[in-house]
Amino acid sequence: MLDCGLDMTSTLNFLPLPLVQNPRLSNLPGWSLKDGNAFLDKELKECSGHVFVDSVPEFCLPETELIDLSTVDVILISNYHCMMALPYITEHTGFTGTVYATEPTVQIGRLLMEELVNFIERVPKAQSASLWKNKDTQRLLPSPLKDAVEVSTWRRCYTMQEVNSALSKIQLVGYSQKIELFGAVQVTPLSSGYALGSSNWIIQSHYEKVSYVSGSSLLTTHPQFSVVFQPMDQASLKNSDVLILTGLTQIPTANPDGMVGEFCSNLALTVRNGGNVLVPCYPSGVIYDLLECLYQYIDSAGLSSIPFYFISPVANSSLEFSQIFAEWLCHNKQTKVYLPEPPFPHAELIQTNKLKHYPSIHGDFSNDFRQPCVVFTGHPSLRFGDVVHFMELWGKSSLNTVIFTEPDFSYLEALAPYQPLAMKCIYCPIDTRLNFIQVSKLLKEVQPLHVVCPEQYTQPPPAQSHRVDLMIDCQPPAMSYRRAEVLALPFRRRYEKIEIMPELADSLVPMEIKPGISLATVSAVLHTKDNKHVLQVPPRGGWGPPPRPAQPTGGKKRKRPSDDIPDCKVLKPLLSGSIPVEQFVQTLEKHGFSDIKVEDTAKGHIVLLQEAETLIQIEEDSTHIICDNDEVLRVRLRDLVLKFLQKF
Amino acid sequence: MDPECSRLLPALCAVLVDPRQPVADDTCLEKLLDWFKTVTEAGPSLLLLQENPCLVELLFRVLKAHDPRPRVLSFSLRLAGLFAAQEDCFQYLQVSLSRAVDTIFSLQGDSSLFVASAAGQLLVHILALAMRGPAEGHPSPQGCDWPACAQKIVCHVEDSLRSTATPQVTQALNVLTTTFGHCHSPWTQGLWVRLSPLVACLLEKDPIPASHSLVDLLLSVARSPVGSSDCGLWETLAQTLSHLSPTQAGPLALGILKLQDCPQALKTQAFGVLLQPLACVLKAAAQAPGPPGFPEGATGDSITVDTFLSSKSACVGLLCQALAHLELLQLLPQRPSPWPQAPLLRAAVAILRFCHGSAAPTSDVGGHLCAVLAGCVRVQRAALDFLGTLSQGTGPQELVTQVFAVLLEYLTSPDSSPMVLKKAFQATLRWLLGSPKAPSCCDLDPHTQLFLGELLPVLRKRLCSPCWEARDSGLEFLTQVTRHWGGQAAFRHALLASEVPELTGQLLRDPESYVRASAVTATGQLSSWGLYATPTGPEHPEVQQESLFTELLHILSTDSEGFPRRAVMHVFTQWLKDGHADVAEDLEQFVARVLQAASQDLDWEVRAQGLELALVFLEQLLGQPGSRCPYAVALPEAAPPATLAQVLQALCRVQLFEFALRALFDCDRPVAQKSCDLLLFLKAKATPCGGPQEAGASPDVVSVEAALQRWQAGEQGQPLGELEPEAVMAVLRSMDLEGLRGMLAKSSDHMEKSPQSLLQDMLATVGVLGENEADCY
Repeated sequence: MLDCGLDMTSTLNFLPLPLVQNPRLSNLPGWSLKDGNAFLDKELKECSGHVFVDSVPEFCLPETELIDLSTVDVILISNYHCMMALPYITEHTGFTGTVYATEPTVQIGRLLMEELVNFIERVPKAQSASLWKNKDTQRLLPSPLKDAVEVSTWRRCYTMQEVNSALSKIQLVGYSQKIELFGAVQVTPLSSGYALGSSNWIIQSHYEKVSYVSGSSLLTTHPQFSVVFQPMDQASLKNSDVLILTGLTQIPTANPDGMVGEFCSNLALTVRNGGNVLVPCYPSGVIYDLLECLYQYIDSAGLSSIPFYFISPVANSSLEFSQIFAEWLCHNKQTKVYLPEPPFPHAELIQTNKLKHYPSIHGDFSNDFRQPCVVFTGHPSLRFGDVVHFMELWGKSSLNTVIFTEPDFSYLEALAPYQPLAMKCIYCPIDTRLNFIQVSKLLKEVQPLHVVCPEQYTQPPPAQSHRVDLMIDCQPPAMSYRRAEVLALPFRRRYEKIEIMPELADSLVPMEIKPGISLATVSAVLHTKDNKHVLQVPPRGGWGPPPRPAQPTGGKKRKRPSDDIPDCKVLKPLLSGSIPVEQFVQTLEKHGFSDIKVEDTAKGHIVLLQEAETLIQIEEDSTHIICDNDEVLRVRLRDLVLKFLQKF
Repeated sequence: MDPECSRLLPALCAVLVDPRQPVADDTCLEKLLDWFKTVTEAGPSLLLLQENPCLVELLFRVLKAHDPRPRVLSFSLRLAGLFAAQEDCFQYLQVSLSRAVDTIFSLQGDSSLFVASAAGQLLVHILALAMRGPAEGHPSPQGCDWPACAQKIVCHVEDSLRSTATPQVTQALNVLTTTFGHCHSPWTQGLWVRLSPLVACLLEKDPIPASHSLVDLLLSVARSPVGSSDCGLWETLAQTLSHLSPTQAGPLALGILKLQDCPQALKTQAFGVLLQPLACVLKAAAQAPGPPGFPEGATGDSITVDTFLSSKSACVGLLCQALAHLELLQLLPQRPSPWPQAPLLRAAVAILRFCHGSAAPTSDVGGHLCAVLAGCVRVQRAALDFLGTLSQGTGPQELVTQVFAVLLEYLTSPDSSPMVLKKAFQATLRWLLGSPKAPSCCDLDPHTQLFLGELLPVLRKRLCSPCWEARDSGLEFLTQVTRHWGGQAAFRHALLASEVPELTGQLLRDPESYVRASAVTATGQLSSWGLYATPTGPEHPEVQQESLFTELLHILSTDSEGFPRRAVMHVFTQWLKDGHADVAEDLEQFVARVLQAASQDLDWEVRAQGLELALVFLEQLLGQPGSRCPYAVALPEAAPPATLAQVLQALCRVQLFEFALRALFDCDRPVAQKSCDLLLFLKAKATPCGGPQEAGASPDVVSVEAALQRWQAGEQGQPLGELEPEAVMAVLRSMDLEGLRGMLAKSSDHMEKSPQSLLQDMLATVGVLGENEADCY
């Protein structure tokens, strides 16, 4: 299984979970059907023309119906955003396999899960809505609830216990480490340049290679994104039979550099006017980039006295982790790990008290809180986490601004339950993953035989149908897939590598049949175990019937190793060479056959023994003796034919 | 040539022909050529050749050498050309060099471009000289009466034109281009008659070989007297235009349109070629049959479309070329008339939209253009430049609205690269300043006011950009627009309401020095119009409000970079000229403080600008020297003219004398020169009235002169102390300022620039003059 992401956009259909009693949200009117039927009014609330589910938010899981997940042997994780559904799979499907991921992926993934669990669990909500999920009821609901897919499979958030259990099934791997899977294939994670510890995967056998490219970034020489992670390893992706491509930028038209510029300018303008800035974000990822840019920018913009707050249950761990994963950073940053200077500048922001971090709005934060300020906090969906509090607190003033930088959620939908809203909303999605120009360069460089990708990448975005530059353009055209579609990858496994035991190899006598090409016949036993094939020396006894296995000396029934060798059939020698017809006829005559006639055919010759009513058909790769039920004659003739051929 | 040079020359020539000796760098050889050029231009040079046989020897040996060094060969060829330009020298050289023509032919293909080009030029010189004399007049095209040498060259050119190898053809075309460019004698007409069929044959080949050189030749012929008399030429040009690919035809079309007199039909055809790519864009962008486009002949033919579709680089190249050519053409007086302003505007807007991804084309070509041009910075820059140039004309209001809309898109877009943003600001400025005034009053028209309302928030955001180039371009734009509209009520109103002036003040403390410099200029400009209020931000609430003057003075005295300090000096000078309120408050105090800060500056441009400011001050006190500064507002004009004594007193009080005298001995020549001019002006103004006081009347003169001598000796640290006006005037009278000015007018390296020094240096580098230490510069 490649990756295990969680679709959190489902939460946009739910009402936000406020941290403190919120009269506005609790007094929203219930929703009733057009005919006045109000049986759903406890579950569904109406806010500014939108209908929301008033319940604990639920998440949309990966497809579980298509295959039996208990039969999955291995899950490969490419980055920390792509493992958020792991507890659902490892804890509730009978999964007994292994999950592979790099260490930073696991550590930061744990932080994201921990934050998620914390956000949801700290505001327990008694109510759980299920009536609306009834298929007949759902049809009657307004959009987008009406169009939500697979609502019956939506699940509440997992618990910390499940998270820990899931994470314990992860096997840590390092970049370029080769991992054997059941002898059948080898998998290798490669640096993908997108996030701390993010990886692409190579899955290869001796003769086939599949690359899985997900969430990669090529921003290496960017002035503002001084890419902090190891650069993407492209060279190792070459010679792939199939390249599975996913995790491209969600906002192909927005250049990350320009967006950071927008972010900074809007932030400065708001703060300068005495307003506060709210940045809904994950506790890791883009926030590092933003802090690094702000570090360079705040002095030039005269913002040195403005406090920056980072509020998350895992803020402290996140900031600390990023400073210690030396081997996962780019060279520049790596060298800094061993210097007194921290690799990320946010350490300096913290030292100089410009950036302060808190686990939540309760406690120390309320004492230190000073306005105007900039707050980074989650969750970007605006449905849970401390961000809900700031939306309520600052939403009424047009001096304040909320700046969306995470591309995962539609900002308009995220804002819907807060309407009407006076605060300014700025959308600066920052997605450093590959765009289509970069993909095109990558494919030219890597030249896979086939590309497989989601259908969406093979056509222009629906809103910009003329932008044919915003799609994958490769030869042969990419194979695309859609949800729940089963795709046969365009290669067949034709060859297996077989190992020859040294003793056996010693006994081979190659014969040169052409300059540079030698042949040897091998008689051996093929031993196959764990998808590895070994040719072993056959049991003694030549071509006769196989020796009877020695009777066990003791009375023990336990098999001995030699018992594993299967019984060999009588081995016939292999023949080679050609039959010179004239000499063959002479030999026949010598042996008493007369009245011999030779006919040439398209493929060889037919020797007719008219007297014996027998026919010998000699072709390049076969010889047939056709005689009428005279086995003695056939054997005689066979032996004469064999005289002309070499035997192995 | 002076004897010392003559003495050094043989040794140098020996070095140049000796393959074992290292040759000085190209620059030295270029300087040597320059010197020979001045020598040969000064008069007949035959004697020079005769007296310095080493020169002919040099030419001869270099041309004969098996493997000459390219730079020496190139030098020798050009030297030969210099001498050969004089007839007697040519004949003198011909004796020894005529056998060398074959060598020169082969050198045309030399791998060194310098050598190849020099060989070509030499052939032209030889041909031109050979055709002088006996063949002067109208020689027959067949060339039976042409001198042997000329025959040989022309036959070689003919052979080359017939060659199937493109380099050969290129060489021949280049020789002919130079010939028709430089020689306008009647024989060139014969030459063209003889060669034009061969040139026409080139057009029939596919692909046309050496198309660039062919275009150059045809234009060269068209510009020469041959062009005006040969009707066949116009046909050839027309034929060439239609045979060449759109990219190749562009330069030819522009060249044709620049010609003074050529048939209208050809001009129309050429203009059509330039318009083709834009016509294609318009067609691709059209949602429905739109308003009339370009004139007949420019309707986006299939060849242009094919070029667009062939590759991204071809498409981008063709569009950029067309835009650049049309931009050049628009500025020319002989540009085609009527000028299709409206379709051009529409095309420029369409291109910018394609580049921005905001166009929604319906055709296949449009889709392709969209994919190719999206985010293409090169085309964006070219199109914005072009759009800016189009602001000189007018257009229907609906189109102008589109222009402003697309400009605003570019100014707003986070994806605009810094260079594109700068161009967008420049184009916006040109369109804004070109927009009409409202008919009823002298204020801005309503459309412009509306646009300003949208523009200023964008400008405000750009001033907050983390990208310093964006902040800088924004400030430059603000300065320019304020300079022109500072007095317009609508502009003043919008600007004051926009927070932009406060942000500009904030940028005086920007970490980037270019931005600080631009912020200085912008605040200076805003302040001149009373549009600047000292900022109070959350950053510095504790800072006491201080005047802009104090803040700029602070930058002048403390900024570590030169650009902001220079900018401050320019602002102060402008303020003084304009009679800025901060200046008028206490004029002497202002001048004194600025001069004091400038005098200690390490940057000579700041000190030089200080003298400029001092001169403005002087002019205001004493009246202007002629029409030196016609726009300066003389402040004291309203007051009764001050007496000279009062003026001198004032100059002493602001310590202008000390500043100027110190500058007189400045180690940077421009500063000393400026100071000299200033003191001469003062002397001229003061002397007629200074009759009563004679030199030596004041005992202080001695101490002043002593201080000056110390300064001259480099001890600039010594103060001058209190100065009496009389003493200063006496010192000025006693100084030879005119002499000093003459000295300073000579370039600082006039000693080292002498040919003798050059020869010595070149020889020194190879060790021939052992005793002379190398003194290369």
